[in-house]
Amino acid sequence: MSQDTLFDKVWDLHKVSNLPGGSDQIFIGLHLIHEVTSPQAFGALKDKKLKVKFPDRTVATVDHIVPTDNQSRPFKDNLAEQMIETLEKNCLEHKIRFFNIGSGNQGIVHVVAPELGLTQPGMTIACGDSHTSTHGAFGSIAFGIGTSQVRDVLATQTLAMNKLKVRQIWCDNKLSKGVYAKDLVLHIINKLGVKAGVGFAYEFAGPAIDELSMEERMTICNMSIEGGARCGYINPDEKTFSYIKNKLYAPKNEHWDRALRWWDSLKSDENSIYDDVIKLDASKVEPTVTWGITPGQSISINQQIPLLDELSPNDKLVAEEAYEYMSFKPGQLIKDTPVDVCFIGSCTNGRISDLRVAAKVLKGKKVSKNVKAFAVPGSEKVATKAKQEGLDQIFKDSGFQWREPGCSMCLAMNSDKLIGNQVSASSSNRNFKGRQGSSSGRTLLMSPAMVAAAAINGKVSDVREFIN
Amino acid sequence: MKSEFTPPIGKISNMNGNCISLIGNDIDTDRIIPARFLKCVNFDSLGESVFEDDRKTLKGKHPFDLEENKYASILVVNSNFGCGSSREHAPQALMRWGIKAIIGESFADIFYSNCIAIGIPCFTLPKKSIEEIQNYCDNQSLFLEIDLKNSSAQSQDLNFNLEIKESSRKMFLSGEWDATSTLLDNENLIENKFNQLPYIKFNTNIL
Repeated sequence: MSQDTLFDKVWDLHKVSNLPGGSDQIFIGLHLIHEVTSPQAFGALKDKKLKVKFPDRTVATVDHIVPTDNQSRPFKDNLAEQMIETLEKNCLEHKIRFFNIGSGNQGIVHVVAPELGLTQPGMTIACGDSHTSTHGAFGSIAFGIGTSQVRDVLATQTLAMNKLKVRQIWCDNKLSKGVYAKDLVLHIINKLGVKAGVGFAYEFAGPAIDELSMEERMTICNMSIEGGARCGYINPDEKTFSYIKNKLYAPKNEHWDRALRWWDSLKSDENSIYDDVIKLDASKVEPTVTWGITPGQSISINQQIPLLDELSPNDKLVAEEAYEYMSFKPGQLIKDTPVDVCFIGSCTNGRISDLRVAAKVLKGKKVSKNVKAFAVPGSEKVATKAKQEGLDQIFKDSGFQWREPGCSMCLAMNSDKLIGNQVSASSSNRNFKGRQGSSSGRTLLMSPAMVAAAAINGKVSDVREFIN
Repeated sequence: MKSEFTPPIGKISNMNGNCISLIGNDIDTDRIIPARFLKCVNFDSLGESVFEDDRKTLKGKHPFDLEENKYASILVVNSNFGCGSSREHAPQALMRWGIKAIIGESFADIFYSNCIAIGIPCFTLPKKSIEEIQNYCDNQSLFLEIDLKNSSAQSQDLNFNLEIKESSRKMFLSGEWDATSTLLDNENLIENKFNQLPYIKFNTNIL
């Protein structure tokens, strides 16, 4: 059993009681909600005649269903309009802080909370969304929950949970040029498998992780869930602290100094004990692309789609399903696969640094005429910053559509969808069957820089050929 | 016609029904209920849309469309079932279709907690036993009686010792799987914890 890791310290600090069944009752320091997984939870509160216990500790925004073309109200989609109205009404009734469209602070919930300084080291953070693991980049313990658990957090600010085991993933050396955090996390998921993280929290550590910016660290922790780990985290350091400093909800003045001292004490101890440790060499990671229907089915840009015989018995069943769904042949190269749609955005890669790196590739170039490409900033703040830097113009000049913030084509709950069996080069997090809105649509996950390269060439390309 | 849906309440100690076998690893919650069906403010109509896209693709040959599975209530799956999105809509859709328990090689974490929170016990069995059940179901219907007190599953021909997390088993037997009231019993402890947390004090601009 793990001891003295950040996970152990934060878990123990938030433990309220041992529940009769043997699980722990854990206090949730920050609860984030959005329009898709909260309405039924508020409905259940009403049925049970319960109030929101600590309304100040829940923060809401709207992201999944918002259109990214025309955001004027009422939305054209009646169901989407009904969902935003329900969230508005629930937040008003329960006095919950809500960052609505046009507030300047709306966006994808996992982009918004860090940029407002709400996400801080040592907190427990829950949200009805599996990518809540993103917030672990700050040394918080953050995990996705379902709607019944959203109800429990609203009513009690606590959850019944079993403590997770802790696996340290030690990343030696550093990423080479043209290789990004997205490539590293896809590589990790491929090596460990999509279910290796079940029952675990992942601690990402080592020189390659230390080297990453906060936004890159968020990309890594974001996709912990794709490796099966509900929670992923990184020990906080100077980069963490300087990212938070002066953010809207960051501790101020004398509170800042107290916060710093406490945050600094949370790191996993040098002699801490892990349930498992995995080591890998980050310098060996190459630009990585998924070829299949799970985020674990990825290869380096110059590799061939694996043959059935090269796979372990457990991976064969899904590989066969993937060849058929993707219409790819075993042994085929992934490079030069034609793409129809290019999407840059999502809670994985919709931050300002992602847009900057993609714009650098796109500058002075044109998107292939066979490709529909669009960029969706992760939040209103990201969009504003991008405009100040002129990035929106670079995207538009290249032939990208520049959209309003939201989850968009990551899960296609709005009108941004694939059509038929289109192939999408996507900076999002899931390549599941039907994920991007068409039941035969095909998704290739990659870094935003790689999406930009694919958009220019109209086919899967090695971004390193663009940046040298 | 299936009987009208009533959600489980209180203590859950045993269940019985026909098994429905669904073969495949890493079946994600987007497949169980595609995102377009999440545009709703209640779960009521999700049952009919469960596995919508997979069912369309298989044109009536999906296990959830086969006549012999119409009244099945115990779902038998392979490994990492329910991975991906945290949407509780997935187990809600399964439950509203008629599923009361799931037996599988393994489950994704969030899906598993969602099932517990809405009263669907999830049991695990080794790969070999799951395959035995799935092969059996290929040829004939399998009616299983599950007893949570001793974690057993019995039928005329097959018997299994099911595995389930001890905390989950206890929660079903006591009724505490519906956790809100149990959590609220500790209201004083929750208040104390709130007052002890260091960051509550230095985040004065949030409160």
